[in-house]
Amino acid sequence: MTFNGLTGVLLVPAFAAALLAVLPDYRMTARLNVLATTLTLICALSLFFGRPQPSSYLLVDDLNGTFIALTTFVGFTTSVFSASYIGHELEIGRLTPTSVRFYHAMYQVLMFAMNLALVANNIGLMWVAIELATLTTVLMVGIYRTPEALEAAWKYFILGSVGIALALFGTILVYMAARPIVGEGLDAMVWTVLVTRAGGFDPALLDVAFVFLLLGYGTKVGLAPLHAWLPDAHAEGPTPISAVLSGLLLNVALYALLRFKMLLAANAGALAPGPLMVTLGLLSLVFAAFMLYRRRDIKRLFAYSSIEHMGVITFAFGMGGPIANFAGLLHMTMHSLTKSAIFFAVGHVAQVKGTQRLADMAGLTQTHPLLGWGLILGVVAIAGLPPLGIFMSEFLVVTSTFARAPLLALVLVFGLLVALGGLFLRMNSVAFGEPLGPVTKSQASYAPMFAHLALVFAAGVYMPPALVAWFQNVAGLLG
Amino acid sequence: MSRIDFDIAHLLAGTLLLISFLELYQDRLYALLNVYAAHALVLAASVAWQAFIQDAPHLYITAAIALVFKAIIIPVALHRIIVQLGIHREIEKVVGVGPAMLAGMGLVALSMVVMLRVTQDADPPAREDLAFALAVVLLGLLMMVTRRNAVSQVVGFMSLENGLVLAATGAKGMPLVVEISVAFSILIAFIVIGIFLFRIRERFDTVDVQAMDRFRGERR
Repeated sequence: MTFNGLTGVLLVPAFAAALLAVLPDYRMTARLNVLATTLTLICALSLFFGRPQPSSYLLVDDLNGTFIALTTFVGFTTSVFSASYIGHELEIGRLTPTSVRFYHAMYQVLMFAMNLALVANNIGLMWVAIELATLTTVLMVGIYRTPEALEAAWKYFILGSVGIALALFGTILVYMAARPIVGEGLDAMVWTVLVTRAGGFDPALLDVAFVFLLLGYGTKVGLAPLHAWLPDAHAEGPTPISAVLSGLLLNVALYALLRFKMLLAANAGALAPGPLMVTLGLLSLVFAAFMLYRRRDIKRLFAYSSIEHMGVITFAFGMGGPIANFAGLLHMTMHSLTKSAIFFAVGHVAQVKGTQRLADMAGLTQTHPLLGWGLILGVVAIAGLPPLGIFMSEFLVVTSTFARAPLLALVLVFGLLVALGGLFLRMNSVAFGEPLGPVTKSQASYAPMFAHLALVFAAGVYMPPALVAWFQNVAGLLG
Repeated sequence: MSRIDFDIAHLLAGTLLLISFLELYQDRLYALLNVYAAHALVLAASVAWQAFIQDAPHLYITAAIALVFKAIIIPVALHRIIVQLGIHREIEKVVGVGPAMLAGMGLVALSMVVMLRVTQDADPPAREDLAFALAVVLLGLLMMVTRRNAVSQVVGFMSLENGLVLAATGAKGMPLVVEISVAFSILIAFIVIGIFLFRIRERFDTVDVQAMDRFRGERR
């Protein structure tokens, strides 16, 4: 096997995980963690300039190239944030040196699993990778060993496992559908083979398979009513993991769904997957928007906001067509960047205030101006106000829907407005008012947060034509 | 495929489904674990039979995993854990036997209707295996929602997983089956270790609503 960008995004995290599992000193391992994610990012970017031929296990095309670039970029910035976050957790004794070693190793295993799921050309391999990603995140969610964290990890474990199990059943059904046409053996699970020959598959079998896949991977995307694990897992784990979960792992699960959606689109007799995804997407959006109002915990608040945005993205991909797909891709990118930036801010806020309760933190802009204003900027962005990037993508989703299904667009706009109200209501008390809690200076690393926000701002003001062309090209692939 | 091959495959899959029903109404953990061991044993036999009639030697590995890991190691480990946690004499009832059995029958009927209708073109053993497998999967899910004790939920998940292995081995020539069953075994091992480490007994058996609120993290 020769070393190229593709093997790089897999081997670098795998090797780093093994190394980080044995090295003791946390300062050095935190730096090594950053170094590994940097190398992975470079490997991922090199895929834009030259990519290997697809094999029966691995594949890089324009679609997953976009996902890999996003995943490795956010993985890199999160590792920078994580270095300062973990340092503080060690100081206050919430983590021990042993658990930090474990944490860093798991971080790299998670990166490996997500990259593997993205580059897998084999639907069985993709399933194994997503299972591995689930396992590692379960272990990281429970790392604080508090009753709440263990409860959250257990809940995530059970619900995630059931989702994974249903997805496997769907995968087996896809194989059953492919076997009469493609023949027995490895080829009948290779995605590139499946998609070219999907026209001849039994449509009824494909339909049932997609329902299982939608329920299974949909659990991992966090679509309502399968979202129950998501707020707990976000709230109780370390904040860098919340950022990676929201910004990346949900996307990876959605990517798996999109691959199968393309498979169904290639079969004329199969049911249109669009309406199913539209329904679940809208349900998640409206449900999560209302849930924002009664949150008491800041990380839970943003976890529900992630459900809301995954709803919007699933809705957009469900609508399909060049514009809606473009909007969905853009929204996914913007949401990943913004939500992880918000979690970077929230992580430091929770550390300086010593609590995650919304009621116990107020006047943040007075006590910690940089953090406070960064958080406000992030919330303004995530709520979809101009001129930031999410406004652009939400605007595109709404307008393209108005042209095709005005009634759905009304529900969409309603949900978005409800969510905006909920977020502002909650954030107002946190950011302004009489300061509460300790006013100690934080040793935060602001760079990752502001880098993300700057990108989101730049995308809202000016999208480079090359980027637009790239997204249009990928949107065309999605059909 | 000769008639007798088909009948034996059928018999084993049907037995698996029947044992799933047995699991549904076991209200003592000890008995439940014994029934689960039987479930895994029948699965091992079924997978081995598939390996034999499909002439697919790699499936023997999956059968061996089912036999050694699921039918012996896991039940023994869980027996020890429930004794250590002091819950081996516990009786649990969330849904009565009658409703649970009725719901189970409904699910079996559902899976037959769905699977036999959509797989009309597929060859008969595969499609019937698939229908049985879906029924086992759904009964596992039913068990997970009707139980409150973490150990019996895990048993529900493991029998669900047995259904998946049945489906995967019944699909002739499916690649990666061994890898997938290994991946699943790792998952289950983690769950079992999790039960032990997390000491979830206290958290799942409480009827104190206040405590549950606290564990949901909303009331701190």
